[in-house]
Amino acid sequence: MTEAAAVRPSPPLWRRLLGFNVLTGVVLGIGGWYVGWFGAHAVVGPSLDYFGDIDYNELSVYLAYLGGVIGFLVGMGFLNYPLARLRGYPPSLREKEEAGWTRYFSLCTDHKVVGIQYLWGIGLFFFIGGLNAMLIRTELLSPHRQVFPAGTYLTLVGMHGTMMMGMMTSGILGPFANYLVPIMIGARRMAFPRIEALTFWLLMAAGAILTTSIFFGGFPTGWTGYAPLANQANPGLDNYVLFFALVGVSMGLLGLNMIATILTMRAPGLTWTRLPIFVWGVLSTAVLMVLAAPVLIATLGMVALDRTAQTSFFLPAAGGSNYLYQNLFWMFGHPEVYVLALPGFAIVLEILPVFARKPLWGYRLAVAGLLGVSLLSWFVWQHHLFVSGINGDLRPFYMLSTELISIPTGFTFLCGMMTLWRGQIRFTVPMLFCLAWFFNFLVGGLSGVFLSDVSSDVTTHGSFFSMAHFHYTIMGGLVFTFFAAIYYWVPKMTGWQLNERLGRIHFWTMFLFFNSTFAPLFAIGFLGQPRRVVTYPSGLQFLNDWVSISAFCLGISMLVFLFNLVWSLAFVRRPAPANPWASRSIEFQLPSPVPVHNFDRIPVFSGDPYGYGEGPVPSLVPAGSPAGRD
Amino acid sequence: MAADPAAAPRQPTDSTNHGLRVVVAWLILSAIATPLVAIYVGPLIPPGNASVQAQGQVFTNQVMVSLLTPVLCLMAVFFGYGLLRFRVRRSEAVLDGPPLRNDPRVQILWIVITSAMVLFLAGFGTYELLKDGSGGGQGPNPIALPAGHKSAFQVQVIGQQWQFTYRYPSLGGMESNQLVLPANTLVALHVTSLDVVHSFWAIELGAKADANPGVDNVAYVETKGPTVFHVRCAELCGLWHGYMFNNGRVVDSAQFSSWSAQEQRIFASIKHYVNRDAPFAHIYLPDPARRAG
Repeated sequence: MTEAAAVRPSPPLWRRLLGFNVLTGVVLGIGGWYVGWFGAHAVVGPSLDYFGDIDYNELSVYLAYLGGVIGFLVGMGFLNYPLARLRGYPPSLREKEEAGWTRYFSLCTDHKVVGIQYLWGIGLFFFIGGLNAMLIRTELLSPHRQVFPAGTYLTLVGMHGTMMMGMMTSGILGPFANYLVPIMIGARRMAFPRIEALTFWLLMAAGAILTTSIFFGGFPTGWTGYAPLANQANPGLDNYVLFFALVGVSMGLLGLNMIATILTMRAPGLTWTRLPIFVWGVLSTAVLMVLAAPVLIATLGMVALDRTAQTSFFLPAAGGSNYLYQNLFWMFGHPEVYVLALPGFAIVLEILPVFARKPLWGYRLAVAGLLGVSLLSWFVWQHHLFVSGINGDLRPFYMLSTELISIPTGFTFLCGMMTLWRGQIRFTVPMLFCLAWFFNFLVGGLSGVFLSDVSSDVTTHGSFFSMAHFHYTIMGGLVFTFFAAIYYWVPKMTGWQLNERLGRIHFWTMFLFFNSTFAPLFAIGFLGQPRRVVTYPSGLQFLNDWVSISAFCLGISMLVFLFNLVWSLAFVRRPAPANPWASRSIEFQLPSPVPVHNFDRIPVFSGDPYGYGEGPVPSLVPAGSPAGRD
Repeated sequence: MAADPAAAPRQPTDSTNHGLRVVVAWLILSAIATPLVAIYVGPLIPPGNASVQAQGQVFTNQVMVSLLTPVLCLMAVFFGYGLLRFRVRRSEAVLDGPPLRNDPRVQILWIVITSAMVLFLAGFGTYELLKDGSGGGQGPNPIALPAGHKSAFQVQVIGQQWQFTYRYPSLGGMESNQLVLPANTLVALHVTSLDVVHSFWAIELGAKADANPGVDNVAYVETKGPTVFHVRCAELCGLWHGYMFNNGRVVDSAQFSSWSAQEQRIFASIKHYVNRDAPFAHIYLPDPARRAG
């Protein structure tokens, strides 16, 4: 099936810009913002001049951004379908599923378009977050406050952390699960295509809200937003609250959509033991998303009430409890870090068999590992609070549960290692990133042992040691596999090859400078530098400067990637073959890029996609098989 | 899946016992590396030996690096051998490896070994924690009590934006912005806060306890000989968090008496401003924490 859809004469550009698209969305969003802003001022306060003088009206910030989000969604056209149904029009499934670049800037229900939208959207905020990290390291070149005012520095720290933790929750599920899960399970769409589009545009609105917090004084709390510091913070913290709540909505809907799709839309023959391991990883992550997001949204709702309606859920001075905030936040927060890490496990296990030319070893054990991590991640959150004085007598339990989680993680290691064993290993760029995952996650996991043990956690807690640990697990675990997935699947998604030599340069510089950046931070933490400080003892300057310079080089390696992406996709445009990696996975049996409706006939599965060395790839639609449902 | 051996790409035959090679190399490397790490690297890990709790942490770290060294060795040997031995150059044709899908013996061995390590670590960590509390904050009702905790020297640590104040209930409620502790004494640190969450971290003493408003968070630390240590706030507490640090001292008993006598003289003149009846935190809140508008 080609993209030669019915060709109608195209209206002029100005006419096409009018309509439900991102431009209209932004215009209506700005309009809605001002409606909320002035509305709240008019309702709450004596006068605009009064709030102008005190520079302080949180309700107006909340209502302004809520109005902005609603205006944006209306402008994108999210209300059209519900309103049409209310007016009695018949149900329809698809929107904007035709060729043309404009569908990338509008509500499109094609899961492949949403995947590519996610890739660029999340990539944009990933680079903004990375730029924040560069600025943080610039400040830390000197042991004294040098470049930024203290408040600006804290805002940079908070923006970096929140941007990365918030936007990257969908870092792999957004682009790759949206794109690949329907194809891998032999479906033509997700279960809820409009909700799929909604999750992406909500995330973009959330990113804009967080970025504009600098116009409201930023926020001093880091990504954790601990009360009662959050209660005394600038209105910029309201942006943080709205950002994370919207991320929670987007995350929960994305997870629900994934679960519904995987449970109900598998093609004939695709039994649970034939499911690609990536789909299992998506499923276990989606369960975490669906269960963790409501906790986050409720917690932030209470913060918003504390800040606007003078409630005191988290204010100890007025009968609340800051422990409650810490408990709720980490009850969301620890599953959240596995939302970041689990898709990485799945991508490694998905890509290794292709380049080791062997079946995935221990399929059931790998699935048990993913589900085991998903389950155990609910029972560990108070290890973030070992020295906080909360539940001192439960610390041995949380120590045990935290260390138990390394058993299912070990399953992933064993399955990956045994898949490599006696294989025909080819060091392609995606394979290099997957192999680096083993090293990074090993260092992250072993350093995690020091944080899981109360005795050694007393020193390492809240220090640069823990910061190095979670960068090894999340950057080393998520971002490396994110790039593995990009090098592996972007040729399939776009139909153009990426430059392999630049890819190798990107990998080796990134791997080298990633380690050179974060390994010394273990020592810095042990030697007494807490997180998020703007000053440090001058004796630690050499190590800090080393880290900063390595971090700048790490930033440059990201520019190599960006150059590769733009150069290969916009200028060189070398067409990718249908199956550049000789993979047996179903998406590589389809043309590159995948046609609009994926399959001419719904495929019938007769095995898992890992049968390397077990004969030729079976035909997607065996002769005489019954046609699958749409 | 329809097996069609004739159409399958040829698999290279290989009868070498790679597994045995890796295991032997791993055992040799571990046997050499583990004692070296335990003896030479372990003791170098901070926080040092300025207190009994810090020494306990160093011992814990020593045990853990010794246990983790064989894991690291296994990974190094496996990946070093595997990636070199089984690599295929880009120019070579794409062949499939042997279709090995499972080996229950390997799985069971792996599960048993990782479970044993995890259970040992958890048991050992619990033992080390319950022995003397490891210097960590334990909340108002500590369960990990070091010997002689009833007669411990009491010091209240009061965090506020952006400094710590130290209060000595046994010295007439005297307050100081310097933490001075007597040598060879078990100290009970009662950490609290007046406004937001701070974290009291006496780096070289290996003590850390979050300062929560309205909460008495107790941490035990037993000092050794005279020394100087650094105190930092380890929980983000607002604008000047990065400047919330100080030095503390452990001094011998004669010096401590003279220091406390001097501080009490200074304190006497302002004592009537600081009306404090109860020894510890809960009533210490001056006002509801107001937002800095």
